Amino acid sequence: MLNLTLTQLGAALRARQISSVELTQSYLDRIATHNPVYNAYITVDAKTSLAQAAMADQRLATGDAQALTGIPIAQKDIFCAKGWRTTCGSKMLGDFIAPYDAHVVEQFNKAGAINLGKTNMDEFAMGSSNETSYFGPVRNPWNQNAVPGGSSGGAAAAVAARLCAAATGTDTGGSIRQPAALCGITGIKPTYGTVSRYGMIAFASSLDQAGPMARSAEDCALMLNVMTGFDERDSTSLQREKEDYTRDLNKPLSGLRIGLPREFFAEGLSSDVGARVQEAIAEYRKLGATIVGISLPNTKLAVPVYYVLAPAEASSNLSRFDGVRYGYRADEYTDLADMYEKSRSQGFGEEVKRRIMIGTYVLSHGYYDAYYLQAQKIRRLIAQDFTDAFKQCDVIMGPTSPSTAFNLGDKGDDPVQMYLSDIYTIAVNLAGLPGMSVPCGFGDNSLPVGLQIIGNYFDEARMLNAAHQYQLATDWHTRCPQGF
Amino acid sequence: MSLSTADVQKVARLARLAMNNTEIEAARAQLSGIFELIAEMQAVNTIGIEPMSHAQDLSQRLREDIVTETNQRELFQSIAPQVEAGLYLVPQVIE
Repeated sequence: MLNLTLTQLGAALRARQISSVELTQSYLDRIATHNPVYNAYITVDAKTSLAQAAMADQRLATGDAQALTGIPIAQKDIFCAKGWRTTCGSKMLGDFIAPYDAHVVEQFNKAGAINLGKTNMDEFAMGSSNETSYFGPVRNPWNQNAVPGGSSGGAAAAVAARLCAAATGTDTGGSIRQPAALCGITGIKPTYGTVSRYGMIAFASSLDQAGPMARSAEDCALMLNVMTGFDERDSTSLQREKEDYTRDLNKPLSGLRIGLPREFFAEGLSSDVGARVQEAIAEYRKLGATIVGISLPNTKLAVPVYYVLAPAEASSNLSRFDGVRYGYRADEYTDLADMYEKSRSQGFGEEVKRRIMIGTYVLSHGYYDAYYLQAQKIRRLIAQDFTDAFKQCDVIMGPTSPSTAFNLGDKGDDPVQMYLSDIYTIAVNLAGLPGMSVPCGFGDNSLPVGLQIIGNYFDEARMLNAAHQYQLATDWHTRCPQGF
Repeated sequence: MSLSTADVQKVARLARLAMNNTEIEAARAQLSGIFELIAEMQAVNTIGIEPMSHAQDLSQRLREDIVTETNQRELFQSIAPQVEAGLYLVPQVIE
């Protein structure tokens, strides 16, 4: 059961070969065995998950089932789920019980999927290694000493270790794609505005976007079908026709034009990662694609621009945590200002405080034009690079991350080095484009390498087609770490 | 770019973060490194470029000015640190 696709699992459930309760229980058993070491989940609530599974079984019995009915899905702990503890990886929300469902959670509930638990993540999604979680780091299922990536590291580890059928993630600067690459799974960040942000705890609102993390492109397509759609409660949600993201999976790739940005293969890329990506490109040639050399000249500016815009938005979003209406409040304080300061200082971790301070500084009087406005202008230049590139190609490919997973503690003391590990993913968020990561082999240290596929706006179906055809021709996505 | 101790103290105050001298010094060193990275932006010529705040350049949707939320005071206050008689409690502000 563990290696079935979501399509196969759904068929087995509908044919009553297995019940949702049995399937959910088997995943809960696996979580009980492995989570003490890997720490992929922050919260598991077996009783609630099994009750949901029993309801799904009733639905399956009456023939009222949809594609994901009865399938256990892990939710990143950034999504509010009514009655569930929702921590966002922070002490600030350590005891927060969400009073309502995020749109994404609501969509999975309607589809009859099971909420299997809340996955670990970097605090407030700020991190690339899962080490900033208040609830401790996640370990990479391929090597316990390595990080799983971040911020959706718990989700990536859970999918890789078969501790869920599929998972949700969010991606502000690479937080779906980078952990997907480092854990050898498939993940897609759709076009900004495609999935509602309602009930998804805000980090940088103009960049945050939710998406699926699963074992294949086909599974991601099924998940996207559930997650996307207009929601009036998110002011940036796009009003568009509902799409079937599986519709183009089986199209042949002949004539597909793949752009390779020369900036993605320059200094800073590990040679083993570069070699695996080139091998994947060679496979695409065999599948009938043509390769076009392109340039994204402002690539280097993406990281500096991001570290102005994202902290600026975060400092504003996180000002709501004041110890008054919900969340952590310090035990002792002298007056109101002291209560704010102590609650925030004790409730937030180091990385979150660092980003709040960067954001506060760049938005403060006298610096706004030099930092925030300048960053927004360069953001347009970066987006324009992609628009120009897509005149010559249908999709862009390159590495997801400059290296395979690094070891726990390796980049802990140097925020700048950590930030640079998102060099290939950040520009995609700034432009609002869809991007995905697909496993394409293993590096010198036997850890997974991810191929990044970037599409034009609303071109998810074509990206999933390209990924699926590659996955029909290769078996990297079916590899399972030892011991699982 | 190098930040001064006073810069960091000011930012911490604006951000409502209590920090002792050791924390201020550590933050100063790390923030200076980050602002060095950010400084790469300054050399770019952006004259005539419009700032981009949303990928699709959409304007905000408008809706009828009517109440759409239901009253969930009890549910929301059940997760508050301190409430009394339906009110959120904070330290006294006015003597």
